[in-house]
Amino acid sequence: MGVEKGMREKARIMDQQGIGRALTRIAHEIIERNKGTDNLVIIGIRRRGVPLASRLAERIKEIEGSSVPVGVLDITLYRDDLSTLSQQPVVHQTEVKFSVQDKKVVLVDDVLYTGRTIRAALDAIIDLGRPSVIQLAALVDRGHRELPIRADYVGKNVPTSRKEVIAVQLEEIDGEDGVLILENG
Amino acid sequence: MTLQGKDLLGLLHKTESEIEYILDTAVPMKEIISRPLKKVPTLRGRTIVNVFYEPSTRTRTSFELAAKYLSADSVNISGSASSVVKGESLVDTARTVKALGADIIVVRHAMAGAAELMARTVSASVINAGDGAHEHPTQALLDMFTVREAKGTLKGLEVAIIGDITHSRVARSDIWGFSRMGARVRVCGPPTMIPHGIDTMGCKIFDKVEDALEGADVVIVLRIQNERQQQGLFPGLREYANMYGINSKRLGLAAPDALLMHPGPINRGVELTGEVADGQQSLIETQVTNGVAVRMAILYLLAGGGDANVPVD
Repeated sequence: MGVEKGMREKARIMDQQGIGRALTRIAHEIIERNKGTDNLVIIGIRRRGVPLASRLAERIKEIEGSSVPVGVLDITLYRDDLSTLSQQPVVHQTEVKFSVQDKKVVLVDDVLYTGRTIRAALDAIIDLGRPSVIQLAALVDRGHRELPIRADYVGKNVPTSRKEVIAVQLEEIDGEDGVLILENG
Repeated sequence: MTLQGKDLLGLLHKTESEIEYILDTAVPMKEIISRPLKKVPTLRGRTIVNVFYEPSTRTRTSFELAAKYLSADSVNISGSASSVVKGESLVDTARTVKALGADIIVVRHAMAGAAELMARTVSASVINAGDGAHEHPTQALLDMFTVREAKGTLKGLEVAIIGDITHSRVARSDIWGFSRMGARVRVCGPPTMIPHGIDTMGCKIFDKVEDALEGADVVIVLRIQNERQQQGLFPGLREYANMYGINSKRLGLAAPDALLMHPGPINRGVELTGEVADGQQSLIETQVTNGVAVRMAILYLLAGGGDANVPVD
C-alpha cells in the first residue's frame, strides 16, 4: 500500500537496507524449508507483492544458481466484499505462465493484515491447479487477523493499531524503498 | 474509473475512457477463459436474465457463458416461447423479469429503443444485445477489442465496413465506437443499403468496394440477409458477390497486414469467399472467443451496486 492522502508519517520502520536484509533472509529460509528449489515457484500478489516476488527469485538464484519461475496474481475477482462495494474495483491480469499442479508455491505479499487478501489468493491459485503445498511470505505482518491464516516467512512483525496504516514503498512502483507507519492527521 | 449509468444501451454516448475501461477489463477476462478451469466466483448469487425476442445463437450463448464463467446464475427467455406471444408488453415483461430477481437483463428486440424503454422501467441493469437497426454495443466492443489485441491500438487505423449498412445495428455501433477511439471509418455497399446522411456519423462513404478497401487496416464484412433481396434492395446474391463480395483479390487491396472480421453468421460465397473467411487474415473465430471476454467485462462492471466505499488498491 502506498502513502495515502491526509495521512501523517508516524515512524519509518524499515529502510532500503532493512528490506534488502529481510528479503535475503527470507530467500535463505525458503531454500532451507523446501530443501532447494526443485518444483518451487513464486507468485506475487498485485501490486506490491509482484516486485517482492521478483526480488526473492533473484536472491534465490544468487544463492542456489537456479531460476525459479515467477508469476503474478490478481485477486480482484476473488474478493469477498464485491457485493458490498459501490464501485467495481479495477481488474488486472493474472500472469501465471506455468502450471502450479504439484508445485511448491510461495505466495508473496507486502503486508499481512486481516488475511482476506490471502484467502482470496488461495482460491485464485487453486483455480489454476493443485499445488503440493502453498506457503506465504509477507514483508510485514501487522496482526489483526480476521481469518485463521498465518505467514511462513515474515520480514518484520509490527504491532499496530487498526487506526494506523502500514505503507510499503518499493522502488519499482514508488521510486524508493521503505516501510512507514502512517496515521490520520 | 467507472461506467456512467446502470445500463449499456449503446456506444453513441460512451466516452473514450469508458470504452477503454471496458476493453482493459476484458483483457484479464480473456485470461480466465483460456484456463482449464474457466470459472471465477466473482458474481456468485447474481442473476442475469437473457430476454431474446429475436433469434440468436452466438450473442445469447456468449452472454450465457460469460455469466456462468463469472458464477452468476443465468436464465434465457425467448420471445417465441414465453408470455410475449400471449400479448405481454415489453414494459410488463421487464417488470416481471425484475420481480423474478434479475440483477441484469440482457435484451434483444426487433425495435430500436426497446432496451432503453426497459432500462427506464426497471432498476435492474439493462444490456442492449441488439435493438432493431439501432445499436449492438457488445458486438462493436468485441470488434474493437479484437482489433486492439491484434494491432495494439485503434488510433489512426482505417476501418472499412462493407455491406448492408442500412439494416445493420453492428455498423452503427462500430462507426460510433471506432470513431470515438480515434480510428477512421469507411462504409461501402449497394446504394440502396447506404442510409442517407450516414456520413454525418463521421464516416466516409465509398461507392466502389475497391476504393473502400484500398489501404484499409481492418475490413469488417457484414452479413447480407436474403430477405433484403425480396425487398428489391439488390438484384441477386451472385450479383452482390460480384459487386461487393470480399475475395482474396479484393482483400489484397487492403494493407498487407489487414484484419478480416465478420459478426457472423457468415454466408460463404456471398459477402465473402470461404477462402478469405478461413484465411490467414481472418479473425472471425477470435471475435467469437473475445465476445465472451468482453461480455464478462461488461457484466462485471455493471454488477456493482453495494454502497460501501472501500479504497481499492
